[in-house]
Amino acid sequence: MSTNEINARLNRRQFLQFSGLGLALSASGHVVQVVAEDHSGTSRLSAYISVGADGVITIGAPNPEVGQGVNTSLPMIIAEEMDAAWSDVQVVSTPVDAAHFGAQFAGGSLSIPMRWDELRRVGATARAMLLRAASEEMEVPTAELSTQDSLVTHKESGRSLTYAELALSASQLPLPDTDDLVMKNAEQYRLLGTRITNASAAAIAQGKPLFGIDVQVPDLVYASYVKCPHIGGRPVSANLDEIKAQRGVIDAFIIEGEAGPYQFDIRNSTQVSPGVAIVARDTWAAMRARKLLKVQWDTQPASSDDSEKIALAAKAAAGRREQAKTISAAGDAGQALLEASARVKALYSADFVSHAQLEPQSCVARVTEQSAEVWTSSQTPSAVDQLLPGLLSLPSEAVTVHSVRGGGGFGRRLSNEYVYEAALISQRVGLPVKVQWSREDDMAFDYFRSALYLDMEAGVSDDGRVSAWKLHVIAGSTDLEKANYGGTYRERDFPERRVPHYDIATTLIASQTPTGAWRAPFSNIYAFAEQSFLCELAAAVDTDYRDFLLDLLGEDEWFKDGDRNALNTARAKGVVNAACAAAGWGRVLPEGRGLGLAFFFSHAGHVAEVAEVSVDKDKKLTVHDVWVAADVGQVINLSGVENQIEGSVVDGLSTLANQRITIRDGRIQETNFDAYPLLRMPKAPRVHVQMMASGYAPTGAGEPALPPLAPAVGNAVFAACGERVRELPFSKAGFSV
Amino acid sequence: MTLTINAIPTDLSGIDPDTPLLWALRDHLGLVGTKYGCGIAQCGACTVWLNGAPVRSCQLPVGALGDASITTIEGLAADGLHAVQRAWIEEDVAQCGYCQAGQIMAAAALLEKHTNPSDEQISVAMAGNICRCGTYVRIRKAIRSASSALQSGVRFFDPGESELAVNPANSGGMRS
Repeated sequence: MSTNEINARLNRRQFLQFSGLGLALSASGHVVQVVAEDHSGTSRLSAYISVGADGVITIGAPNPEVGQGVNTSLPMIIAEEMDAAWSDVQVVSTPVDAAHFGAQFAGGSLSIPMRWDELRRVGATARAMLLRAASEEMEVPTAELSTQDSLVTHKESGRSLTYAELALSASQLPLPDTDDLVMKNAEQYRLLGTRITNASAAAIAQGKPLFGIDVQVPDLVYASYVKCPHIGGRPVSANLDEIKAQRGVIDAFIIEGEAGPYQFDIRNSTQVSPGVAIVARDTWAAMRARKLLKVQWDTQPASSDDSEKIALAAKAAAGRREQAKTISAAGDAGQALLEASARVKALYSADFVSHAQLEPQSCVARVTEQSAEVWTSSQTPSAVDQLLPGLLSLPSEAVTVHSVRGGGGFGRRLSNEYVYEAALISQRVGLPVKVQWSREDDMAFDYFRSALYLDMEAGVSDDGRVSAWKLHVIAGSTDLEKANYGGTYRERDFPERRVPHYDIATTLIASQTPTGAWRAPFSNIYAFAEQSFLCELAAAVDTDYRDFLLDLLGEDEWFKDGDRNALNTARAKGVVNAACAAAGWGRVLPEGRGLGLAFFFSHAGHVAEVAEVSVDKDKKLTVHDVWVAADVGQVINLSGVENQIEGSVVDGLSTLANQRITIRDGRIQETNFDAYPLLRMPKAPRVHVQMMASGYAPTGAGEPALPPLAPAVGNAVFAACGERVRELPFSKAGFSV
Repeated sequence: MTLTINAIPTDLSGIDPDTPLLWALRDHLGLVGTKYGCGIAQCGACTVWLNGAPVRSCQLPVGALGDASITTIEGLAADGLHAVQRAWIEEDVAQCGYCQAGQIMAAAALLEKHTNPSDEQISVAMAGNICRCGTYVRIRKAIRSASSALQSGVRFFDPGESELAVNPANSGGMRS
């Protein structure tokens, strides 16, 4: 997601926040909820906060949790502003409810920035109400009161009252005027920026039921849903009677669905691909019966993609640059190239990859004639809430969506086809159903990271400056009018803003394989090409890459006036210098060992990474250490952000090593971890993380540390052995990890 | 067909004998801490102990288990936390957390056998467990930390009296 899009969303969001917050507080600010079990009074201070008589402060986290840590970090923002002691806080997921919580989704590394202002106001509002209640109780002005650790104190008299003691009267007060709210400045933070253990850490370590796959409801039955291996095909007939006769099988039937390759369209599509549903008394009975399923497939509407043909078409397109459609240009790049004293041209490429989140898709749906309820680990539960009523022909108020923790997201759970499958199957059998995808289903019917081809050419003039920059983006397209998701070049400004002559163009080639948002879409490939290619350019003029990069970043400035989510060259140079200093950039290494640097700006985060890599004579890589310097503004949870960055490094290495999805005749060839290897512990490098204290508002950390890893490793490989890797995965160039 | 699961004799006669232990635990016994990841013994998310040794429960039909003793994540510490679970919380290992029960079972099996394992022993013992979120750096740290606790003779912790930076109220559970 580009920064432009972030801004558009934030602005829309801010509007929603404002109205949403008002609604939340006015609707529930006066409600006192009594918990029946222990007869202790629980006072609700807002839609987000309730305080129990036992002192437990329950804070809601509004965005889906898929491992990015927002169930901890979002409540921390509220707790900070209300001065709740974190040890008193219990975290819950809020309901999916647009009226109170606006758009609830986990994508674009936006959970933190989209909620930052709103949740600070929620916390400050609660604090103001508690202060006012204490002021009335103690009969002193609020100005004489202070708050800390769930306690209001009157210093002069030495009296204090706990939040638990104050909550009931506070909850009955009118809402304070938003203009009167006092928000902390960064120096006053006690909680934000510290290391806080994930709120679910204990439950995870004890194997408690937390995930979508763990949901069980009374009378639950289990379903497999079998789709055509050639993506988009449809079943003509199947041995349904034989399947229905299998032990444990309750029913088997064809769902007509919508044939043809499915497309990534979260906001509008409830497309369910045609297939065969097998409903059974347990997961295994459904999976076992599936092995006996024989389907006659109609592959006429299916994708006919073939990886080798796509690669050939892309390479042919690279040779026809003159036919490409120009996206953005300035000056005369062709002439500047002719005049350049050094020129480099190279084609970079990346294959399709799968999300491979460890929890395969599943969903529990309970659909009756009057109502529907679903439990889902979707990253976009608000979209389900909006679209499911239409699919089931039910009124909106009859549909309830429960957001449940997901076992990894990475963009895979932005779409909701597994939810719609479960809903249709439950509607048909009249029982609550858990649809359970196998790993093979999950990998074969993914919305893949798009394959991409980036042809680059640049020139350096006599004075050592980059004078010409040409980029040709070759991407797959279903209709040859618009690139499939992940193949669209979005204006980046860097390095173009620093280059007098540039020319950016695109060519679309036919591809029907569904693609979607895979952690840091487009950036995850583009960063590899851009940062590797710039390093090639530095080598061509015999310049150290750090110096070359710092020089190209140039003077301190924001790349878009007034946009605090834009690239800022001072922040960029800050992380480059910090990562290089930590890594000991420039130190002499033994033969076969090298350091590689890359910087990338995405999702409003500035990140630089230096990798230390050795390469042996069989082209086997060992990544020893990775030093990361990241500037994502104010850190919320230091342990959480460090974890995201360590994980991004491992993910980046895992993906560049040997992950590729290949396609023959529209059919995915790699469908489990034996053919699609993920990095394992012995290969994990040491990761050293440094967070920059830049004083800006927080931005997300789930994505921006991923893109720089592949070019940092590629540049280190070049430093170690002199060979330039231009393909993802590296295994295509004969390297192994 | 009676297995001992987490020290409790458990009658599995209502379950088809070819059912993998994984699905018997999850769908029939409500022990959902053991996870499905791949179904072909590649990812380790379904790791449990069979007579004390780590195994992949997706590959074990319940009918072939005889009168074996099974330990799942729910039974690792009957009451409280095993040193490995505690270390996982202290080091704040998890991101999504989906693989972690399997990781913990593999790590605890290693440490029950070798209280002070070498880095190489840790690598070998943990190589069968994938973490898609990439928390390996912290997993290794947590194993080292649990190893220290075990070497000083502490195997179980009462979560109530530990100085963990978590609120027991956060042990959570699913919202429904």
